[in-house]
Order: sequence, then C-alpha cells, then structure tokens
Amino acid sequence: MKRRTLLGSAAALVASTALPAWAQEEKLKVGFIYVGPVGDGGWTYQHDLARQAVEREYGDRVETSYIESVPEGADAERAITQLALSGHKLIFTTSFGFMDATVNVAKKFPDVKFEHATGYKTAENVATYDARFYEGRAVLGTIAGRMTKTNKIGYIGSFPIPEVVQGINSAYIHAKKVNPDVEMKVVWAYTWFDPAKEADAAAALIAEGVDVFMQHTDSTAPLAKAQEAGAFGFGQASDMSNFAPQPRIASIIDNWEPYYIKRVGEVLDGTWKSHGVWLGIGDGEVVIGEITDAVPAEIKAEAEALKDKIATGEHHPFTGPLKKQDGSDWLAEGQVASDQELSSMNFYVEGITAPMPK
Amino acid sequence: MMIDPLSVFILLLGAATPILFAALGELVAERAGVLNLGVEGMMITGALAGFAAAHASGSPALGFLAAAIAGAALSMTFAALTQFLLSNQVATGLALTLFGLGLTAMFGKPYEGMKAPAMMPGPLGLNWMIWLGIALVPLLWWFLARTRPGLILRAVGENHDAAHGLGYPVRRVRILAIGFGGALAGMGGAYISIATVLQWTEGMTAGAGWIALAIVVFAQWNPWGVLAGAWLFGGVTVLQLRLQAAGVAVPVQLLSMAPYLATIIVLVLISARQKFGRSGGAAAPASLGRPFHALK
Repeated sequence: MKRRTLLGSAAALVASTALPAWAQEEKLKVGFIYVGPVGDGGWTYQHDLARQAVEREYGDRVETSYIESVPEGADAERAITQLALSGHKLIFTTSFGFMDATVNVAKKFPDVKFEHATGYKTAENVATYDARFYEGRAVLGTIAGRMTKTNKIGYIGSFPIPEVVQGINSAYIHAKKVNPDVEMKVVWAYTWFDPAKEADAAAALIAEGVDVFMQHTDSTAPLAKAQEAGAFGFGQASDMSNFAPQPRIASIIDNWEPYYIKRVGEVLDGTWKSHGVWLGIGDGEVVIGEITDAVPAEIKAEAEALKDKIATGEHHPFTGPLKKQDGSDWLAEGQVASDQELSSMNFYVEGITAPMPK
Repeated sequence: MMIDPLSVFILLLGAATPILFAALGELVAERAGVLNLGVEGMMITGALAGFAAAHASGSPALGFLAAAIAGAALSMTFAALTQFLLSNQVATGLALTLFGLGLTAMFGKPYEGMKAPAMMPGPLGLNWMIWLGIALVPLLWWFLARTRPGLILRAVGENHDAAHGLGYPVRRVRILAIGFGGALAGMGGAYISIATVLQWTEGMTAGAGWIALAIVVFAQWNPWGVLAGAWLFGGVTVLQLRLQAAGVAVPVQLLSMAPYLATIIVLVLISARQKFGRSGGAAAPASLGRPFHALK
C-alpha cells in the first residue's frame, strides 16, 4: 500500500517533470559562443545585446544560451560540442579563431546550423557573416587625421588577420587624404581582451608621441589611458559612450541585431540556407556612434558626409590609385578592391612605415 | 630608431608591480609549505574590491587596503578547506581561481564603466605602490632569512612534522602565510584596476596570477629572484610594445615566450646541479603542497 503510493507519486513526479520538457522541445534553442566576457563593454557585449534582441523579438518561440570567455583553440571545440549536444539547433560562434572548431563540430552535427562570425569557411550547415568594419574605419581615420596635432596617429591591433589589417589601411588612407603629413604607428597586442596589456599598448603609443589612436581590441582600457594622457580615442565595437565627449570622440559600433533576428527567423520558418555575407554601413551593421563636440563642426560634417557616401556605395574606402607598402602597384586609378582581395589582405598600403608582422 | 631606456624602465615598473605583489605573497605561502593556485582568483577579487572602495571613497589608498582585506578574506576559504578539512591544495587552489572569477563577474556588474580616482604620485613621479612593492623585497628577504618568525615559517615549510615535534603551531603559521599571500595578491590585482587600467572590467587580470606562480618557481623561492622575474616579465611586455610603436620589427611571439623559457632553463640548471652533486640544490620547500595532520 505504502509502496504503491510511493510508486504512484514517483510516476506523477516523472510525468510532471517530463511534460514541460516535451513542451519545451517546440522551442528553438539558440546557442552563442563568446570569446570574451559579456561585460567587456565591446565586442562580446555587442553580440550579447543582439542575443537579447533575438529573445525580445521571438519571445517564447526561442530559448538562448551562451558560453562566454571561450579561448580560441582546442577548448572551443569542446564548448561548441557541448551546445550542440544540449539540443541547440542554431549556434553562433562569434570570433575568427573559432573557425576550424566550428567547421569540425558542424561535420558531426549535420542537423545543427552554425553561424560563424568573420570567418571564410562555409559548409552545408555553416554560414559565415562579417561586417565591413573598414568602412567605419575610413570615417574614424578621417577624424583622426584632422584631430591630431602631433601628426602621429596610432592603432592598437589584436592579431594580424585580414579584418584588422583592412581597418589599419582604411584608417590610414583616409587620414592621409585629409592630412598628408600624418604618420601611423601600429602596436599589436596579440590578444582580443587583456585590459592591462591594452593599457600598456596605449601607453607605448602615447610615449611615441601619438595623440589620437584607434583600437581593434575589446576593452575600454585604452580609452582610460587616453583620458589620463589627454589623448583622443574611439569607442570600439560598442559605443563606449561613458568616455564621451572625450577621450572618446566617436565610435565604430557593431550592430548584429538585424542579422541575428533575420537568421533566427529563417530557422524558425525553415528557410535558412548557408551563405557568406559581408554587411556594412549601408546595411546598418556597422554604425558610427555620435561624434562629440570635442570635434569641430566642420570636421564632423566632413566625416558624416564620408559616411553617407560609403553608405550609398558612392565611395569605396579602397579605391585606386593605391600602392602596397613595398611600392608595388595594387589598384589603378578608379579601381576598387574586390571582396576576395580584402578578405585575404595581408599587406599595408604605401606610406605606413610600421613593419607587417610575419 | 632610438627608444629612451628610462621611459621603458618607468613603464616596466608599472607593468611589473601587480605580478611582483602577487608573487611575493605566493612566495611566503609556499615557503610555509602551502601551494595556493588561487592567486588569479584572489587578484581579481582584489581588483574589484579595491576598485569599488577607491571609487566610493575617492581614495586609492583605501582601495588598496580594501583589496588586501578582500584578498585575505578569500584566501581564508582556501585556508579553512586545506588546513582544517585537509582538502587537496592543487584542486582547492584551482577552485579558488574559478570562484574568484565568477564571484567578481557577478558583483562587478554595477561597477562597469566607472572610473577610478587618480593615484597620488610618489617620489620620482612613480606612484607609492611601485615603491611599496620594491620595498617589500628586502623586507621579506630579511624576514625570511634573518628573523626567528621567518625561520619558524621556513621550518614549517621544509618539514612540518619536525616543526610540529618542536612545538611550533604548523597550522597557525600556514593560515597566517595564506592570509598574507591573499592580501598581497589582492593588492596586486587592485593595482591593475586602480593604477593600470583605471576601471573595472570583468576578467581583467587576464592570467597575471598564473604568471606570478611561474615567477615564484623562476625565483627559486627567493624574494630577490621574484623582483628579477617580475621585471623580466614586465620588461618583455613593455619593451616589445614600445619597439612596435617605434616601428621596429620585433619577433613578438619569441619575446612573449622568453620569460617562460627562462623559467624552464632555471629549472633545468637547478636539477642538473643537483644531479652532479654540487651544493645548493632545489630551493622548493620540502613540504610544499603536502597536507599536515597533527594526529597522524
């Protein structure tokens, strides 16, 4: 008798826990792999904002989860596999270094769809998406070229990969256009996120006489350093508006929301297909944050005019005549760089004296 | 292109200070026979607590004090687990690191984006924490090599059974050493948030605690060696960034590897010297990492 009630209640317990589990299977589980912490205030923060936007957009129809601070290496494969095994049907891997790990895991889970940011390897179930950050860099370069008093602008690079090299070249080309005397100093931090090292990199640039610099690393540490030294910097990936009006005089923002909402929607209605897309200012994926009053009005107007011309496609940041650093010809007068050339860019343009790391 | 060596040295001192503090603290704990791998966790806790206190009070000095207290408090959980419950020190230390990183990620949210108060410049334009870090080196050397409490601490680390037999309170000495290590790790972490980065960011110590652990081995448990190690690590970081900014082609990977390579070479040299029967030998405390139970 007693045993029977016990069994009965156990069965009821199993049923009550199992039922919601069935109900939950209707939900699309979307997973995200982040390279930094969501609180980095930059790159990962922006991806997480887009994840939240997906939740707001689809409400009960989706369930999202993320794993943060995943190192780019063997551990990434384990983290992605973990998400795939736990029922996630769409997984966003949000850093270049997750490329091989994503492709490897995708082979083992053909019914799971993968979206890899900034990479170039696609498969039946692996799509890639990227932003034309170099378009935004052109605008920042214009501002930097105008704002520098020492004629030395700086760039804190993360890793010498095409995405970052494009940014350095684009910023330099446009700074040079408005200030022929400008010099570009480059420091590679070899990390996406290490506030102390990024601060040291900023200090090294400042010690070299740089008074306006850009960064392609994820923390706000360089801006804090700029503030201390009275230099100017730009918000990176996120607006970083709490450093406005200076040292942060403008920003380049990654807005992943439209893309994430669109792709999750496509999985929900079954129209998702693999692709490789590269969206820019015109698509709203690269956004220039408010240019503050620390920038004189005419420079602000000039930068905004350039932004509009890039958005409409009237101006391509890599338009000839352009030469490579070694003096060899690259683009002829009026010629525009192809996407293929840009996505494998491993050289500086003429005029940058810093050596390209091997 | 020429680089002013003095400016590199000044940047070096700043870069070396967090790891100098943390490594000196760990050195004292290890000389007492305790291997605490939770340095990273205590540093990040100090970074947050120090930043929060400095931000609230407007005084960096109070920030460092709070960081020392927070680091020591966190280390007491390690002390309770390893000294009273005799848990494995390696596993407990690793857990402490993970715990510290998670705890600060949670409590640090409201502090994101805030700014630290300015540091008071000390003599020669270097802040007081840099000076304090350097001053700790001879002080600790003197304490360990020339004082009676220092001798007891070393005795506990070398052979806890013998020390116990002589009537020394092994557990109490170790708890004090762990607490001291935690306080210094906390101050080292706070240096990153208050003096280097000037703000709080989740995960901001980014592995400095592990470098501190490597330096203790590199230094062969000698405070002067810790100073050399911290300057070597700090110097390599700063120098390569400075050279890059000056437009010199530098083999960054090679330079970043150098301190770790130096650590391995030191270890090889020491064990070679032991093998060939020379005097000296490994300086690792003989009871390092071994649990102690008085009723054994």
